[in-house]
Amino acid sequence: MMMILSLSKDNIQVQKEQDVVLLRNRVREVAVKIKMGLVNQTKLITAASELLRNMLRYGGGGECLIEVVTRGRDNGVRLTFKDQGPGISDIAAAMKDGFSTGKSLGLGLPGAKRLSNEFDIKSKPGEGTVVMILKWANG
Amino acid sequence: MDKIPILRMGNFLLVTIQVDLYDRLALDLEADLVQMVNKTSSRGVLIDISAVSIVDSFMGRIIGNIASMSKILDAETVVVGMQPAVAITLIELGLPLKGVHTALNVERGMNLLKSMIGSDIQDGEETDDDDTFAE
Repeated sequence: MMMILSLSKDNIQVQKEQDVVLLRNRVREVAVKIKMGLVNQTKLITAASELLRNMLRYGGGGECLIEVVTRGRDNGVRLTFKDQGPGISDIAAAMKDGFSTGKSLGLGLPGAKRLSNEFDIKSKPGEGTVVMILKWANG
Repeated sequence: MDKIPILRMGNFLLVTIQVDLYDRLALDLEADLVQMVNKTSSRGVLIDISAVSIVDSFMGRIIGNIASMSKILDAETVVVGMQPAVAITLIELGLPLKGVHTALNVERGMNLLKSMIGSDIQDGEETDDDDTFAE
């Protein structure tokens, strides 16, 4: 297994709805820069949008780390969403389609996972949630 | 304050979404459209999303809501101009947009609406056509 190296880092605060559009645009810029195809770009940004929405709604905002990563000849974009919200008590349930404690469709987490190449979630009740997604340019 | 304009064309309402929607804007559009359907007794709503590069589950739900609400008010909703990448993403996300009519472009969407509304298209009363609608 080759190491994933980070080539650039950019941390963005997300506190309000309008930040979502801003952040989507930042992700798009980065994806275009590594020549990610349109379909993968769209998947990545949609996944990011779902996770941002979760972060705003359930985590009370947070921050997003945008990284360009490389592994051998592959380039990709890695996004890490971190909030200090109430956390998720049952991650397995939250990863199921249609599960929602709010009034949404419950597609956010499982959908974001399907749209990315790599997905990781860590959460502790009372301590917040960290979600990482990675999309390879040719993934 | 941003607002998505709603145009009236005979029995139909046309909406072209030219900006990436944030939540408030989408919710306002939903409310405006449903009120406008009621106010103008429109029979069809055509939403052009050709300039929209991202449809996430929230946006998808808004589109679904608009269609369901319009349906209750006896108006059909057609979404046109979806980019292929958006369609691919929606399916992978798990959001098939059930109950929403779709067409490839505005022209086909208009034809679809006309065919759905059918013969009673003529009896819509002629009212003054103020195009844009602002509350």
